[in-house]
Amino acid sequence: MVEHGIHATQAVVTLDVALPGIIWGWMITLNMWAKSIGTGVILVGAFLLYRHKKEEMPKLRWMMPLISFIALNVFLLFTLTDLHHPYRMINIFLHPHWTSAITVGAWMASLFTGLITVMMLIGGFDAYPGFRKNCGFAKSIRGISPFYEKIFPFVVFLAIPVTLYTAIIMAESSARELWQAPTEVMQMMWAAFMAGSSALILISNKWSTEARKDLALVLAIATFFSFMMYMGEYFFSFKSAEAEATLAYVHAGGAYNTEFWFGMVLGFIIPFFLAVSNMKSDNKTLLRFAAILALIGLYMAKDVWLKIPQMLNLS
Amino acid sequence: MKLGFLVDLNLCMGCKGCEVACKVENEVPLGSWRLRVKYIDIGTFPDTSRSFTPLRCNHCESAPCERICPVSALHYLENGIVNIDSSRCIGCAGCMMACPYGAIYMDPETNTADKCTYCAHRIESGMVPACVVVCPVQANIFGDIDDDNSHISRYIMEHQGAVQVRKPEKHTSPKHFYVGGGNQTLNPLAQQRLEGYSLFNNITHLDAVGDKNHGVLDRFLAPFTSHEHLDNKSFMDFEKTSGGSHKEEGGH
Repeated sequence: MVEHGIHATQAVVTLDVALPGIIWGWMITLNMWAKSIGTGVILVGAFLLYRHKKEEMPKLRWMMPLISFIALNVFLLFTLTDLHHPYRMINIFLHPHWTSAITVGAWMASLFTGLITVMMLIGGFDAYPGFRKNCGFAKSIRGISPFYEKIFPFVVFLAIPVTLYTAIIMAESSARELWQAPTEVMQMMWAAFMAGSSALILISNKWSTEARKDLALVLAIATFFSFMMYMGEYFFSFKSAEAEATLAYVHAGGAYNTEFWFGMVLGFIIPFFLAVSNMKSDNKTLLRFAAILALIGLYMAKDVWLKIPQMLNLS
Repeated sequence: MKLGFLVDLNLCMGCKGCEVACKVENEVPLGSWRLRVKYIDIGTFPDTSRSFTPLRCNHCESAPCERICPVSALHYLENGIVNIDSSRCIGCAGCMMACPYGAIYMDPETNTADKCTYCAHRIESGMVPACVVVCPVQANIFGDIDDDNSHISRYIMEHQGAVQVRKPEKHTSPKHFYVGGGNQTLNPLAQQRLEGYSLFNNITHLDAVGDKNHGVLDRFLAPFTSHEHLDNKSFMDFEKTSGGSHKEEGGH
């Protein structure tokens, strides 16, 4: 029996300093969530443009970069705000350290945002030819209209590493073993497909039924595989002592357990069934509901996964 | 030259002299530590023992903090020290996410990352780190591990089989060694932090990372306004510093 007494076999810390709490908080969650939308709409939008005629999806040409632009600016704003010295962000461009995924990501995300801004301006001025007809800036933007189609394939290609670089930052975070799982790369990808399809569902009211069914298909596949990967992590967590100790914050109940399961049910299970049912019979309201739930659930799941490894005592 | 550290835990008596010397030498602000000595109790009464474990930066040969730092604020010196240039640090806290030993903190005065540098400024002047000088039992052994005749190299050779590093599974190649340690003293997962067992209760986590008065707006306005200078005295002004928790501002 004596081996079951904690004092007999385990050590008890009797004097130590206060440890840091959550260091990367909700701003980083919001940052990752917004980036998923920003790149996801481009990836899913490209899939739709490959499968359908532009006429079936009115306004997609300018709404897609507009949504991406807004989401990417939210992402960039919170990236800056989370820094203790936001103006020193310029050092990433003046003194880049290329082994850091933060550096590589910042460069790629900046280039991506720049290209999306150009696409948004071209798409917007083309969609409303009467707007600022005599303005020199508008004229010059309309003048480079074919540039949109030329850069689009490159933007789609760039959206992939911009989506994935956060997983590499996680992999470089040696102190947080839970983030270092190889599955994190695919989780980022599925998150982009989930967020991208959800954001496009919200503007798909006047699109063809077939296009909406494709959106529902992407949402269903993304929620299914993402959910399965979370479950894999949840139930096969005993691969290492640190991962096990980290996931104990979810397994043991409490606030993170509640947030995690709310996220799973709201963001993955319910949207999956709603999206699958929508592939049989088109119901715009239910699909929009699924999209909103998926966006909320995705935020909650990311929030838990970001915070629990930071609860672990490192030394 | 590759500088390394070795602590003989059999000699350490937990006087915390090194902790205080480090604080004074490097002007480490209140609530932050470059070096700390942790007390760990093992066993059941009356068969108990108390061990003391000094914890500082491991100056890893393959340092995750150096790798993740986006602006090379963390960098290697020629003597193997992992140094930090706070004037370049952007305060992203990536290094705090990467360091498996929790050795990096956000300085509440400068709002930049900081850590033990093996007193690089003293080394440059031919001196040894402040914690080595002050240790009354010479438990802190410091020197060139590339030199076979240095004290530290000889100490390692004399204690072959008993020299350990923290978290070897992280493959960081720490240059900070321990003699006389065990799983219970070096592995934080083997230790419990139970309320009521600590000499000071209700002290578990810091309520801010960095300066708690350096809010979101301050971060943007600081260069244009005369941001109030903080020092240890201002941290003692509890009424003024009892603001919202860092969680309300999304972390740090």
